[in-house]
Amino acid sequence: MTAPRTPSRAPRALVVLSLIGGTLFVLPLLGLLTETPWSRLGSILSDDIVVDALVLSAVTSIAAAVLSALFGVPIAWVLSRLQFRGRAIARAIVTLPMVLPPVVGGAALLFALGRNGLIGGFLNDVTGFSPFSVWGVILANTFVAMPFLILTVEGALNGIDRRHEAAAQTLGATDLEVFRRITLPMIAPSLKAGLLLAWARSLGEFGATITFAGNLQGRTQTLPLAVFVNLQSADREPALAISLILVAISLTVLVSLRDRWWGAR
Amino acid sequence: MTEGLRARIRVDRSPTFSLDIELAIAPGETVALLGHNGAGKSTTVEAIAGLARVSAGQIAVNGRVLDDGGNIFVSPAQRKVGVVFQDYLLFDHLSVQENLGFGATEAKATRVAEQLGISDLLSMSPRQLSGGQQQRVALGRALAIEPDLLLLDEPLAALDVETRTATRRTLAEHLRQFQGPKLLITHDPADAFLLADRIYMMENGRITQSGTAEEIRQKPATSYAAAVAGTNLLHGTNDNGTLTLADHPHTLQTSDVQMAGDVLITIHPRAVSLHPAQPHGSPRNTWLTTVAAVEPLGDTTRILLAAPLPISVDITPASTASLGLAPGVQIWASVKATEIRASPTGER
Repeated sequence: MTAPRTPSRAPRALVVLSLIGGTLFVLPLLGLLTETPWSRLGSILSDDIVVDALVLSAVTSIAAAVLSALFGVPIAWVLSRLQFRGRAIARAIVTLPMVLPPVVGGAALLFALGRNGLIGGFLNDVTGFSPFSVWGVILANTFVAMPFLILTVEGALNGIDRRHEAAAQTLGATDLEVFRRITLPMIAPSLKAGLLLAWARSLGEFGATITFAGNLQGRTQTLPLAVFVNLQSADREPALAISLILVAISLTVLVSLRDRWWGAR
Repeated sequence: MTEGLRARIRVDRSPTFSLDIELAIAPGETVALLGHNGAGKSTTVEAIAGLARVSAGQIAVNGRVLDDGGNIFVSPAQRKVGVVFQDYLLFDHLSVQENLGFGATEAKATRVAEQLGISDLLSMSPRQLSGGQQQRVALGRALAIEPDLLLLDEPLAALDVETRTATRRTLAEHLRQFQGPKLLITHDPADAFLLADRIYMMENGRITQSGTAEEIRQKPATSYAAAVAGTNLLHGTNDNGTLTLADHPHTLQTSDVQMAGDVLITIHPRAVSLHPAQPHGSPRNTWLTTVAAVEPLGDTTRILLAAPLPISVDITPASTASLGLAPGVQIWASVKATEIRASPTGER
């Protein structure tokens, strides 16, 4: 027996509860839209603080997404394909930033890579790396974003029909060729989704960045940090404008991913 | 140096299943490994292709040892064993041309495409192809690497009944053109009988019999071999359910009315019943014949009928005795129209 696609009479209680719950999402959006100074939006968006944050966020979020793919795909491959002791623990460690409060992540990064951290002093001596730089922001973003890519790609690696890889082997392909010519193209859709998720997560990163890289305009102050700072100052308009940008970007990402997550309707 | 495939394969997979077989295939020869699912066929494929190691034994092609269960193990990429996989495993993200050329040069891919008559498909995606076309691309992809051994794992199982018979015929032609040893893994007796020069019968990880189709038909060593070998294959033409046989002066009625034209006819030996007098009632196919031979096969007895329709019939030893069957005895044979299967031969 199959349930009808649409119930002839929707249970009223469900509809009412869903409407009440929905206002929780709609009201903040409305608040943002009504408070936004639409007429002066152009000039606010060309303000130094906003432009600096926008450029920095664009650069660091894209860099973090690329780094997440560069290292995350191999990590996902190792977790999916290699049998080794402690694999479950390894998987837990690389996905920990997804559940860890970002502030704690930032603090942990500081203990490791800060000037007085575990290897921070050495790293600073050799490379001149300082957390309070674009590189610090990228590192914090990558730390928080890469787990999303790893999980997405590992799921895809576990899901593909591995006999295609075997077939490629019998045709003379080396292990690396199999990965490049068969595995990678087969997981391409998930890799794209993982990249997008990692990028979106980096774009919204706040806690780890402000803890690890600080809040220096033009150097480490990304869009979310700029929102936070400007909300606390007398002039809240830049905060509103930036929030609007972030909402627009997030919605675009969600809509473009919708088919992947829920299936096309 | 020994030409062709020489293999003794032992794989201990679990306490309940082990594979232990010996195979020898000469260059140019097509040999079928015929068995039920679970008989160890896929383990055999994996071992020969190098996708799994043997526990003991030795696999050698043209004298080159590929795996000896010990120090020697040649990776699948180095084996030059061309494999046609069960559901072809074509690479959907590549064109037909790129599939054919995956392990070979473009020139070889083009030449193989010409040989197999798929030159007009080169720019297409595998997804756009019919089952029969996919199978040819899979065969071409394996042939393009100029393999020392061709391994075909259930090459027809993914096809529907109609295309299967047609594809089997073209496959037979293409196999003849390959000069190396060919191992065909199948569960379908028709594949084995029609494509292979020699057959290994495989049950529970062991070879229970080997020989030509004719040898197995005449002296099946196990009840599985008997059931398989007894399947009667006839050629004929179908006209609205009336089958005119190509090689025998006889007609049969089948319920497969929609398969018009030249057909391959199969009758299972258990589907035929024998009667001392002309039977009345439902069976539309009844004829008077004589017993040509009686072969006891353990719990069944195989009766070979003489003209007009020389087919084998399996009945119980008790019935054989009660009917007094012996060579020369006259008997009525009958078979229901629903038990006579007709499928197109592909000759159109």
